[in-house]
Amino acid sequence: MQQENSKGAAAASKDYAIGKSKVELRNVSKSYGEEWDEQTVIEDISFELTPGDLTVVVGPSGCGKSTLVNLIAGFERPDSGEILLDGKRVTGPGKDRMVVFQETALMPWQTTYENVVFGPKLRGDMRGKELKDEAERLLAKVGLYEFMHKYPLQLSGGMQRRAELARALINKPSILIMDEPFRGLDAMSRGLMQEFFLRLFEENHRTNLFVTSEIDEAIFLADRLVILSNRPAQVRKVIDIRLPRPRHYSMLNSQEAYDYKREAMSILHDEAMRSFSSTGVSSDFTENYTAQPNA
Amino acid sequence: MAQAASKSKNTRRTAPPKGFALFLYRLKKSFSTPTPYLTIAGVGLWIFVYWLLCEGLRVDRFDKIPGPVAVARDWFSPEPFQGISIFTEAYWNHIYVSCRRIAIAFAIATGVGVPLGLFMGWSKKIRDYIFPILETLRPIPILAWVPLAILMLPGFEAPVIFLATLASLFVTTLNTMLGVESIDEEYFRAAGCLGSSNWDIFKNVVVPGALPFIFTGLQISIGVAWFSLVAAEMVSGDHGLGYLIVDSYVNSVTIPMVIGMLTLGLIGWLTSILVRSLGNYLMQWHVRELALQGR
Repeated sequence: MQQENSKGAAAASKDYAIGKSKVELRNVSKSYGEEWDEQTVIEDISFELTPGDLTVVVGPSGCGKSTLVNLIAGFERPDSGEILLDGKRVTGPGKDRMVVFQETALMPWQTTYENVVFGPKLRGDMRGKELKDEAERLLAKVGLYEFMHKYPLQLSGGMQRRAELARALINKPSILIMDEPFRGLDAMSRGLMQEFFLRLFEENHRTNLFVTSEIDEAIFLADRLVILSNRPAQVRKVIDIRLPRPRHYSMLNSQEAYDYKREAMSILHDEAMRSFSSTGVSSDFTENYTAQPNA
Repeated sequence: MAQAASKSKNTRRTAPPKGFALFLYRLKKSFSTPTPYLTIAGVGLWIFVYWLLCEGLRVDRFDKIPGPVAVARDWFSPEPFQGISIFTEAYWNHIYVSCRRIAIAFAIATGVGVPLGLFMGWSKKIRDYIFPILETLRPIPILAWVPLAILMLPGFEAPVIFLATLASLFVTTLNTMLGVESIDEEYFRAAGCLGSSNWDIFKNVVVPGALPFIFTGLQISIGVAWFSLVAAEMVSGDHGLGYLIVDSYVNSVTIPMVIGMLTLGLIGWLTSILVRSLGNYLMQWHVRELALQGR
């Protein structure tokens, strides 16, 4: 990774060589709150982000997915267990792990272009014409070339997400972490963004963590699906999604996809039911409403 | 991709007007909205009621107050009946003295208050040092400081400037601090992710992020500065608009008193516009954000 940094100049043409890092989570736990009122959010989670794969984490909302993202990104530390990036322990945030946040985190006081060049400019990896060319190339790639001198708030939701992708990609991260990045977009833009993002991923198969609560989105994108339980989050199941790539939205209608969905849904449904009944919803509802996902 | 997008544009825009032409365009456009008419009607109504009370109906006790006609006649007369008009040197001297005091006080308060507030918002340690003192001193009315200021500082000038500075310092500091606190945590995280040092974060996130609050604070602070300046000039001072008002009252010349008040109002408004324009100039992104919301 360090070597790639120093050679960053030539890396524009070598997108294929980078982004194949591996992340291992080993028995990671995290709690919040005071001693006498401790809320365990993540309990003993172990899984891997395999190099070059798109790992999608799904789980009921509020189960601790964002905490998981914060831990891997290095914004927070686990209480116990460890997170290894290519064998090295994660101790803080770094440009090797780029995060695309739930709500847009583009700096509203910088234009789209300024946002994109922000990281490389600060670190001094690239400068002058080289940086400008690379930024413009990426902006054109995400279809924002014409909008690069607009401020983020002048862009639509989908455009903001694409700008954020460009801002992340220019740093040539070895891992891209996306925390429900398409939440809040309308169904149409969401579908388009999913396909756009897939095309981007399928170009160079960068190790990717994608967090979502949408099961269709998860199956459409994933190489591996990690299903989390209710809070405290634990890994319920890891499913390898063997749909062929490049993918197309119509594949979601195949029998194979349906089977994956059925499997994932029944686990998620059980989890949802458990949290439902634990909140004291009348038992006849939870008993009669058994896990029967409909396609 | 970018070229394709630009070709698909079939609307041709004319060049936007600049400078004076832009001003004229806006002025012309504003006459198609109700704003200028309502403004004129509002001011007219206000003057009419004032005239009615003092000169038209001569309501009891209001008859001692100079009405709009008497004030205007003196204000714009080369040989004013009660000694103060736009043709007398004394009038402009009072304005100059007050404006200079405001300029000094506002400059000191901003120069100290903004950095102080930024650091207080950014670093918990600095806030822990300063905040309790600030919160204790802040509620003390500026008039309560007058005796202390006269005892502490020599001459007329220093106490007056001190009092005006003090009042606006509190407002500026507090608003700036709240401005930093209002910045979304995700911007800090995004900046950290992109490899910013603390100083980079301060320059690129803390300062621009707090700017909208800072300028709201500065607009209030310049108003407060005028307020406390006049209070201070009334108690201790040998020139200035506050002094003019109280001196006229003592000498039973009521027209200069009203002229002084109206002048204060107009200049106060003007300074507020100046601060707001500076803010808009510095925060193009914020202006556009507000414009999108139709404001």
